Amino acid sequence: MFNEFTALLSKEVKLEWRNKFALGGLLLYVVSTAFVAYLSFKKIVDIPVWNALFWIIFLFGATNAVARAFVQDSKEKQLYLYTLASPQAIILSKMVYNGLLLFVISVLTYIVFGVLVGNPIQNPVMYLTALILGSTGFSGTLSLLSAIASQTQNNVSLLSILGFPILLPLLMTLLRLSKNAADGISWTVSLNYVWILLALNTIVFALSYLLFPYLWRE
Amino acid sequence: MAKNWWKAIAVILVLFALIGGLLIDVPRLPILNETIRNLFYHVTMWFAMMILMTASVVYSIKYLRSGKELDDAKAKIAAEIGLFLGVLGIVTGSIWAKFTWGAYWINDPKLNGAAVTILAYFAYMILRNSFDDEEKRAKISAVYNIFAYVLLIVFLMILPRMTDSLHPGNGGNPAFSQYDLDNTMRIIFYPAIIGWTLIGVWLGELKLRLHKLRIKKLEDEL
Repeated sequence: MFNEFTALLSKEVKLEWRNKFALGGLLLYVVSTAFVAYLSFKKIVDIPVWNALFWIIFLFGATNAVARAFVQDSKEKQLYLYTLASPQAIILSKMVYNGLLLFVISVLTYIVFGVLVGNPIQNPVMYLTALILGSTGFSGTLSLLSAIASQTQNNVSLLSILGFPILLPLLMTLLRLSKNAADGISWTVSLNYVWILLALNTIVFALSYLLFPYLWRE
Repeated sequence: MAKNWWKAIAVILVLFALIGGLLIDVPRLPILNETIRNLFYHVTMWFAMMILMTASVVYSIKYLRSGKELDDAKAKIAAEIGLFLGVLGIVTGSIWAKFTWGAYWINDPKLNGAAVTILAYFAYMILRNSFDDEEKRAKISAVYNIFAYVLLIVFLMILPRMTDSLHPGNGGNPAFSQYDLDNTMRIIFYPAIIGWTLIGVWLGELKLRLHKLRIKKLEDEL
């Protein structure tokens, strides 16, 4: 199981590295969205607006990134993969890989956004915590939903419809935590949100792990 | 007609709640005043919705374990009727909000939770309709139903704790616990929940019979 998982994970990373244009497209998407936001707002004085805009850009970037998780594999390739590995190993590797990918995207968004629009964050470590927990949570939710959406015809728009309502608890908590980070509020106050996020992450990972085997067994 | 007694009970309970809810003496509280009577309709519909959504998830889990087509049909029908009650609940709640808080929609965690629930179940319906293959549709939408339900319950639990709510019992509004002890209101409140739930089950049973007949017709044609 563990060997399968590491093998699949390294396969994902290698595939991504060989298809650099896909990764580049994704990163460009984030950068250009941040640039559009910058040109429309110029300077953002209000911290909640900065924060909300950042997470909305990240939400759309994440949906686009994870949409490829199962959609990009052709039917034949998926069938081949399923004969080789257990479904648990497949979903775990996808979730971990997408978590890493989303973390890279979120950090990049943060840097680009910070340089262009200005960086109001007073507690970067706390903000980084929010980015890590947000990336893993988004990846856990969207990976399973991407597997669901990939089975239908109109998969990309369906992923957003299915994902946004379900992502809201995560997003609301993230907004609170990152706003605290921006305002430089102490850890004792914000630790509560970190626990909620950890609990949500656990629930999402456990549910995806349990439910994914039902999706591919035909 | 021995097995139809519960339908009679459903009608009697809902009529009792409709008429009794308008007639009985209610406690006079600031802000709420007479609109408190909406408690009998709005809140009870939400209770019935949550019960039906739970039933839907139970059938989805049953389907994943058994693979029987009927379990999937039941999950779908329960979700549809839950959604119907949810829309009614949101409309009655909105009218209530207009008269107590002054606007049809207010940024309130409970309202947002309700809206998200409705959105997620509409998404479930759209997901169901985007498959041609019936078995695939049943399996995949069951997975989504379970996933969404668990996260929505979490949402409804954690969200109100994060911000103040305008809902009675939060943020300085008169609390329900004050008149939860008021037995005259309880007399209407609990029967209304049971009544709406039973009406929902009745509707579901009718839809299920229709579904079975459609399948039978299809089989006869073949």
